[in-house]
Amino acid sequence: MAKITFITKDNQSIVVEGTSGSVMELAKQANVKGIDGDCGGVCSCATCHIYLNEADLLKTGPASEIEKDMLELDDDANEFSRLCCQIEVSEAIDGVVFQVVR
Amino acid sequence: MKENNNVCVIIGASHAGVNFAFALRQQGWLGEIRLIDGDFHLPYHRPPLSKAYLTSKDGIDKNLLKSEESYQKGNITLQLGLSVLSINRIDKTLTLSDATQQSYDKLVIATGARAFIPELSGLENASNLFSLRTAADVTAIRDAVNNCLNKRVVVLGGGYIGLETAASLHKMGAKVTILEREERVLSRVTAPQMSDFFQELHAKNNVSILTNKNVTHIEAKGSENFVFCSDGSSFIADCIVVGVGIRVNIELAQDAGLEIDNGIKVDAYNCTSDPSIYAIGDCTFHYNPHYDRFIRLESVQNAVDQAKIAAASIVGQNNRYDTIPWFWSDQYDIKLQIVGLSTGYNNVVIRTEIGEIIKFSVWYFKDNELLAVDAVNNAKAYVYGTKAIKERKLIDKLKLSDLNTEFKLENLFL
Ligand SMILES: Cc1cc2nc3c(=O)[nH]c(=O)nc-3n(C[C@H](O)[C@H](O)[C@H](O)COP(=O)(O)OP(=O)(O)OC[C@H]3O[C@@H](n4cnc5c(N)ncnc54)[C@H](O)[C@@H]3O)c2cc1C
Ligand code: FES
Repeated sequence: MAKITFITKDNQSIVVEGTSGSVMELAKQANVKGIDGDCGGVCSCATCHIYLNEADLLKTGPASEIEKDMLELDDDANEFSRLCCQIEVSEAIDGVVFQVVR
Repeated sequence: MKENNNVCVIIGASHAGVNFAFALRQQGWLGEIRLIDGDFHLPYHRPPLSKAYLTSKDGIDKNLLKSEESYQKGNITLQLGLSVLSINRIDKTLTLSDATQQSYDKLVIATGARAFIPELSGLENASNLFSLRTAADVTAIRDAVNNCLNKRVVVLGGGYIGLETAASLHKMGAKVTILEREERVLSRVTAPQMSDFFQELHAKNNVSILTNKNVTHIEAKGSENFVFCSDGSSFIADCIVVGVGIRVNIELAQDAGLEIDNGIKVDAYNCTSDPSIYAIGDCTFHYNPHYDRFIRLESVQNAVDQAKIAAASIVGQNNRYDTIPWFWSDQYDIKLQIVGLSTGYNNVVIRTEIGEIIKFSVWYFKDNELLAVDAVNNAKAYVYGTKAIKERKLIDKLKLSDLNTEFKLENLFL
């Protein structure tokens, strides 16, 4: 079980719990604003962009090469960016805080 | 347009309709929003149907566009399993398949498309013959393939859906043959080099693609089908998947007297020839400013972007539709990403990266204007292509194809 917090652009904080699937799917279930997930989670649309802090980035691991490339589509991307469809929900990421970019 | 008692009805609850409904609510529409769809399932993603969803054991609830709760929270009424039979523009009402009528103030047609089933003699008697457009289609295909012993599947049509379906069925243990009428697969949408690449990719995976195969008729014998082609060849199939294209669902709009032209004709705000009626998604024939022509697209991007444009327009914010189309296709471990429209190209530049995994991109030009990029396992090329097309940058073709030039956006410009 992992507890995950999303902070939306209008500063709403949404806490969800999950055991499997991707963070994007979890965000969609919880109706988190700003996570569109248009491609269904195959790293093709970059509509699931989040920021995280350095400590949490260690928990999730860094973006993969294709993910990094896709992030370049978004001018707001930085070294703390990830596409959250590429992050698996598991115990390892318990407690992370994701800031929704859009 | 924010009055409380206005009703906005949407026909079709898929990528276009659902995204529209949520965008309209987000734009501040206070009235009722009703989504009607003939499909019984909660609205789902279509692209995975021929990809990951086909090979999985998941139920469609893993692939929902929005959670059930989201509709309640957004105060959006879903009316599933219900079809609209006609639009009565004079009194602004709809007639539904349960014989009831509903009235609308604003109507959005998001009826998309349906699979095209060609008229082939014997087709109606074929056993285990399916199209692939809906969740129900996939459930039926999965069951049929899993339940038959020999698992010989013939896929009619070598477009993206046919190729993806073949790759997925192969993963499920089926022996797959694709029959394509043209001389190469993806002939309408890609350069010959891309067709060759996919042909070889499937061959390597023991999926045979046979081109110049014009299917003439099908004969069912017991649980087996024989698929016959005009050149005299025939193929045995336990299952047949028909992936030869779509027909746009324009009939409702046509019968209502809306302007039609290879789709429902809309303006830059997705409004039809009736100011109370909008159309979005696969069913529209719309103007693309970048390519300066009217087009019809079958893509998630177009459905989602048009949904937003129409929602904004209904609440009085007129943003013109102006996007560069994009699309993707996943087959085996190959990820293809496409940006732009290649139609009209007269030369291509291919850049192949060196490395263990296959990674290349095909850049389509009309003279020196970059029209489109097909990127294979190469998101970088896809992103650079997107930026270059958007900004109408002139590309240095020599540097692009020269592997000694580092693959960086700045290095590609003239
Ligand atoms: C197998 C498959 C794979 C695909 N892969 C990709 C991909 O990788 N990338 C990509 O970008 N696109 C892909 N597409 C295309 C993409 O799914 C479509 O472009 C998208 O679904 C279009 O959305 P839409 O809402 O306009 O229309 P549709 O998805 O066609 O939805 C129309 C809806 O309207 C309903 N409807 C129609 N008439 C009526 C009526 N009279 N009354 C009530 N309801 C009605 C239908 O039941 C349907 O649910 C794929 C499509 C398929 C089928
Ligand atoms: S959902 Fe499309 S990239 Fe993450």
